[in-house]
Amino acid sequence: MNIAIKKDQWINLAIIAVVLWFIWFASSHFDEYTIRILNNIAIFIILAASYNLINGVTGQFSLEPNGFVAIGAYVTALLLVTPEAKLYQYAIVDPYPFVMTLHANFVTALLLAGTFSALLALCLSFPVFRVRGDYLAIVTLGFGFIIKILAINNPEVTNGSLGLNDIPEFSNLYWTGGIAIIAVIVVLNIVNSKFGRAMKAVRDDEDAATAMGVNTFKAKTLAFCTSAFFEGVGGGLLAALLTSISPDLFDFFFTFQLLIIIVLGGLGSTTGAIIGTVLVIGGSEWMRFLDEPMKFLSYETTAMPGMRMVVFSLILIFIMLFAREGIMGKRELKDLFKSKKKGDK
Amino acid sequence: MDVTIFMQQMINGFSLGSMYALIAIGYTMVYGVLRLINFAHGDIMMVGGFLGYFGIAVLGLPFAAAVLLAVVGSALLGMASDRIAYRPLRSAPKISLLITAIGISFFLENSFNVFFGGVPRAFPVPPYMEKMVEVSGLMMPVSAILVPVVTVILLVIILWVLFKTKYGMAIRALAFDVDTVNLMGIDANRIITLVFGMGSALAAVGGIFWAVNYPSVEPMMGVLVGLKAFAAAVVGGIGSVGGAVIGGLIIGFTEVVVVAFFPELGGYKDAFAFVFLILILLFKPTGILGLDFEKSRF
Repeated sequence: MNIAIKKDQWINLAIIAVVLWFIWFASSHFDEYTIRILNNIAIFIILAASYNLINGVTGQFSLEPNGFVAIGAYVTALLLVTPEAKLYQYAIVDPYPFVMTLHANFVTALLLAGTFSALLALCLSFPVFRVRGDYLAIVTLGFGFIIKILAINNPEVTNGSLGLNDIPEFSNLYWTGGIAIIAVIVVLNIVNSKFGRAMKAVRDDEDAATAMGVNTFKAKTLAFCTSAFFEGVGGGLLAALLTSISPDLFDFFFTFQLLIIIVLGGLGSTTGAIIGTVLVIGGSEWMRFLDEPMKFLSYETTAMPGMRMVVFSLILIFIMLFAREGIMGKRELKDLFKSKKKGDK
Repeated sequence: MDVTIFMQQMINGFSLGSMYALIAIGYTMVYGVLRLINFAHGDIMMVGGFLGYFGIAVLGLPFAAAVLLAVVGSALLGMASDRIAYRPLRSAPKISLLITAIGISFFLENSFNVFFGGVPRAFPVPPYMEKMVEVSGLMMPVSAILVPVVTVILLVIILWVLFKTKYGMAIRALAFDVDTVNLMGIDANRIITLVFGMGSALAAVGGIFWAVNYPSVEPMMGVLVGLKAFAAAVVGGIGSVGGAVIGGLIIGFTEVVVVAFFPELGGYKDAFAFVFLILILLFKPTGILGLDFEKSRF
């Protein structure tokens, strides 16, 4: 038993080493366009792995990512933009004085972004998880709209619909890839812990879980807040990658993209979330011929959503009807090897 | 405060609330039989508005015929969505059903966006609807009176179907226990499809009224309205048709009154419905009518 665990750990370390080598290789050898796509994939791995925790592992249908990503992006942007850059940006109204004094380094900004999102998630979870999870979807969907409305209607802080520009471009492959590795490790550790088993129990049968003494409210809240934390961090990375953000960036399409990713990869599988991210983000680059007016990776423009989204929604319906397990089902990478070994014997 | 202005706003609120109510009834009925938040419902309302637009502007139909076209078309669309996308998932985990509903919603929005463009199209409102009439000193367009009146008529019809017909009895029974209903020799799938048809027909009427009031149609018009209507259904007590109407009126009134008397809050008017939703979930999750969903239906 002990040896087996050690072997697993060696394999994990080897995978991390290979990924780190790839990050180093990519950032020194690949062209700018490829690196940008890889950055996006890394950020979406963070988002998909954490979104999967509430949707796939805990089985509570939530539509929150765009709201928390927006919060993370705005918090990070407000902390990173230099006071000089802020001075000329606020075109509609003068910003509140405290906005001008906000400043922090990149790590602090990201951590604050995540913490802020997680705290908001905690506030949301009290009304929502008091009743059965049904309402989570509609409350989180509404939450995304409210965040957008707040961002548009408070130009003293957010510069309204113009958004914030000149965010220092801190994000690079080391940051996005490194945080993606951390996020995946944290999510996997939660899934394999006592809390993770509670979450899965809630997903499979909430009544039975309650009867067995599982605190379902705690399990759901933990999953929701962890998701929100990493979505906040991911939003911060995104802001520091795009260098300019506006409320329109974080509309419902953002969440929809993540939903496709985790459904395609297999609800409940972190490995699936990673595979799904590569397929969907890579695939939407490839499918760009479907609607030419769109610019870089669909979320940069909402002015002309096109054929690609129709295709995406058809794929989603198709998977749900005919291949509900997605690519990985609920299995992880190591489960694949295990079943193979058994097959050999 | 001027009494006339106050009354005018009351009527506006009543009119807006009636539209929310029409759409909320569809949510509450589908939730009643399937426990499904039908995300595509708001988009079926949008399709209703578009069908009305095509009927008048493209086919040159009179207004009443266009309404009929929209109602029939939307009802068929709602039934088709159930038949194609929801029925195969009856025994699947609920999350699959919700994801499929989101997929259909997104499909409708984006295919209309791609094929008909995202720019709002002016809705050809028949002149008699825009005529101002004077009722005891208040000037208002005919449509502002028509909307609540039609809502009340439709509500009476729905309640009659639910409580006085065999189909209504089957729907109410379905809300309790699908398996038992099947054992009683009733085709549950057919009844569920009927519920989708009824809800979608009401949504189409709501969509046309919406299009008349704001006179335009666009592919995304159903998103926010649908969300607010669902919030209305929960506020009133989900599963109850009367509750959906009460919730719709409350949210409609609040939006109109707050915007009229506190204009500085105007930018936030789309957020009220969700604030209501969160408050009701915190303090009275069964909604205003206080229906315990596991005990009583409709």
